[in-house]
Amino acid sequence: MKVKFLPFFLVILLIFVFFGFYKGLQNSNIYTPEVNLKKNIPSFTAKLLGVKNEISSKEIFKDDVYYLLNIWASWCVPCRDEHKFLMDFSKSEKIEIIGINYKDKIKNARNFLNELGNPYEIIISDLDGTLSIEWGAYGVPESYLIYNQKILKKVVGPISLNNFFEIKDLVK
Amino acid sequence: MKIIKYLILILIILNLSSIKAEDQINDLNIKITKNLRCLICQGQSVYDSDTEFANSVKILVQNKLRDGQSEKEIYSYLKDKYGEWILYDPEFNKNTYFLWLLPVLMFLVGGAIIFKLLIKTKY
Amino acid sequence: MTSTIGFYSLTFGLVCSFLIIFFSVKNFNNSQFFDNKILSITFLQFFFVTISFFSLILAFVYSDFSNETVFNHSHTTKPLFYKISGTWGNHEGSLLLWLLVLTFFIFVFLLKSQKQKKEYRILTSLIQQVIIIGFFFFLIKTSNPFNYIFPVPAQGLGLNPILQDPALAIHPPILYLGYVGSSIIFSSALAATTLNYVSKDWAKHIKQWVLVSWIFLTLGILLGSIWAYYELGWGGFWFWDPVENVSLMPWLALTTLLHCILVLEKKLLLSSWAIILSIATFTLSMSGTFLVRSGILNSVHTFANDPERGLYILIFLFCLIFLSLFIFFFFFKFEKKKKNLFWLSKETAILINNWFMMYFLSVVLIGTIYPIFLEVFSSEKISIGPPFYNKLIIPFLVPFLLAMAIGPKLKWIKSNFENKKHLILFFIISLLLSILIIRNLDISFLLNTVLVTSAFYLFFITSRDFFVKGFKRLSQNIAHFGFSLLILSILFNNIFSTEVISNLKLGETLENENFKIKFENIKEINEYNYKSIKGKFTVQDLNGSNEIMYPELRIYNQPNIVTSEADIKTNLLTDKFMTMNYIQNQDYFNIRYQVKPFMLWIWLSVLLICFGGVISFIKKYEG
Repeated sequence: MKVKFLPFFLVILLIFVFFGFYKGLQNSNIYTPEVNLKKNIPSFTAKLLGVKNEISSKEIFKDDVYYLLNIWASWCVPCRDEHKFLMDFSKSEKIEIIGINYKDKIKNARNFLNELGNPYEIIISDLDGTLSIEWGAYGVPESYLIYNQKILKKVVGPISLNNFFEIKDLVK
Repeated sequence: MKIIKYLILILIILNLSSIKAEDQINDLNIKITKNLRCLICQGQSVYDSDTEFANSVKILVQNKLRDGQSEKEIYSYLKDKYGEWILYDPEFNKNTYFLWLLPVLMFLVGGAIIFKLLIKTKY
Repeated sequence: MTSTIGFYSLTFGLVCSFLIIFFSVKNFNNSQFFDNKILSITFLQFFFVTISFFSLILAFVYSDFSNETVFNHSHTTKPLFYKISGTWGNHEGSLLLWLLVLTFFIFVFLLKSQKQKKEYRILTSLIQQVIIIGFFFFLIKTSNPFNYIFPVPAQGLGLNPILQDPALAIHPPILYLGYVGSSIIFSSALAATTLNYVSKDWAKHIKQWVLVSWIFLTLGILLGSIWAYYELGWGGFWFWDPVENVSLMPWLALTTLLHCILVLEKKLLLSSWAIILSIATFTLSMSGTFLVRSGILNSVHTFANDPERGLYILIFLFCLIFLSLFIFFFFFKFEKKKKNLFWLSKETAILINNWFMMYFLSVVLIGTIYPIFLEVFSSEKISIGPPFYNKLIIPFLVPFLLAMAIGPKLKWIKSNFENKKHLILFFIISLLLSILIIRNLDISFLLNTVLVTSAFYLFFITSRDFFVKGFKRLSQNIAHFGFSLLILSILFNNIFSTEVISNLKLGETLENENFKIKFENIKEINEYNYKSIKGKFTVQDLNGSNEIMYPELRIYNQPNIVTSEADIKTNLLTDKFMTMNYIQNQDYFNIRYQVKPFMLWIWLSVLLICFGGVISFIKKYEG
């Protein structure tokens, strides 16, 4: 009895394991956290770039306005690629761009903006990177489309042409 | 053998004062960051990693500990931001019942088999 | 040119496999004696694969970028040594190495098994050829190391700098010797099962192969750990990373088998268990290959991912598993005879060893693959890291160590506790010593005391045996002594390590209760294939002793990767370990300084464990 049951059980188990591995092969092994679209955006107070004044998140994000929060740094190469899209957005009336300057020197940040243009309404400074963690970010650049205190869309890495149109669609 | 004992004693004396005096926050910070997985180089803990992200998390944990937050609060904060994936020490919940119980079950089954083998024997 | 030769000899090697199968089948029934043609063709096959392997090495040495593998993994500015080691530092080349070892081992097996029965030798060789053919097809179909690219690029992409390291250059070949050795055990166990030849003789014969694979696997893991310690730059040597676990699992199975085979050899007990372990060892080695090569796992050290390869190994692996299960359940004759096991005997002690080893194996196995399954069945992603393994393994180490100390003291069949006063005496000594050590420390007292006690216990008991028993059972004693030393070193290393991480500017001094670190200067050196930024630090200890450390950052030119080279000052008792890292856009460097006691002893004790195996191997060989 025991001898007959065991092979049967083993075969079932192995088929199960095979199936698990087979399915597992199709999943990506790199983890990207999911964005929670239901929760409100975090509230914080932070310093503005190059100024001593502090600003609270309530002062920045008003209702009924679309915001694009962009985490950037002058030393970040992909940030240069996406800058043209940010400049384009900044010309639009429908969307306000908020920058979080990530672990940067003020001088370098200013040079960067002088060179490529400044699309940001407000630039918050994040010297030690903790503010970006508050947003669930883990690299530069990352962008968040925000409306009525909720995140509508998150882009990890530079904004691509596709992302650019998606955001334009959402803002309509 | 004596030599080894002697050496160990020396080591203890050398290390004794240091460990007691160490900052508690620092210790807890190390413990917590060792248990966090870095999102940039995904095979390393935040503690081991030197990426910008890991360095920021180290600062964040330190700040939170200074604010008097507990280990659990910090874990749940980060879990909220990045998902359960960031914790190296999986919690005991419906997802991980099997993970924690299966090895122990195997141990018990193994023990039972050996026990049965011994019982069968007649002296 | 070399690529053509390489590819053709690979094809010839495959043809040899079919010839061997043909002659084996013919020889199996027709003749009384072993047909030496099989041996010759096996040698020929080994020869062809060697030619193929050397032509790949040549392609690397001469930087022949018309070869895709060379183009992807080499560069003209690389030192010759790393051009050669680059041959097996990539997926295709390392598989070719696997195949080389496979064909080599079956050749040696046929040479060394001439006293064995004809049918057994032929069947083992047949099963081994099935594995070899599987690898041939895998290599040629999905990962051909001799693909051409046209037009021929002028320069290669270079080898990942963290692989440009002497320890890592020899780590894969040694590890593969261990993995592949287990394939011989697998084939031989299946052959013995089919022929109903699972006997004391077989155990004695296969034990040599178990020892060989075990020694190489242990050495391979050791090399990998040493490399991780000084190259990955955060001062650990074991991270419970999936890729490490994957090498640990066959090791655990093999160690269990090594003990189990002893019982089989002496008492003809546990024969079915030995067969299951033989199958498990190779299956775990193969699963390891699957897990690492398919990219299903997320690890610090992964090869380039290719789902097609993953699928191929997966199917091949499960074919082998089903084949072996079929053979096992269909042919294996379970003993009708009542087994006689007395609770206080060496057999029982070894069973208890097996029991714990299997438990450790199941923890590692479940911990490694659980996230894959959880994601498939519930799409939740979790991480399983060191805390999980520590929690499930460390408490069980205590009884394990105690059993390991007492077990070898017992006699076969039946034993009793006469004249065993020293067992209790040593226990009390270990306990007192541990309390003395742990008492004043600010760590969890109970667990550490118990752990250190049991490790000391094993340590004392095995040390005593060197004096009392002398050369009797020397190999086992050395290995067990080595293990106690290993556990003690790891424990003390964990307990007494101190470290500091801080950001320092040039000229700044960091001071804390333990040491004073001054950032003296920084130098830029241009090397042949990288630019080096070397920091100079003076570290002053509590007792005033000075040490100058030179941690280094290397910016490699091809591929453009920055690595951090630790400066390690090793002496008998402690390692001093310093790394330096660049901080984005600031004048600061991130400095990590660690004082790690008994680091050297961790490596030495593993060598000692290996040495125990070597002695056992030599003794058996002579006797």
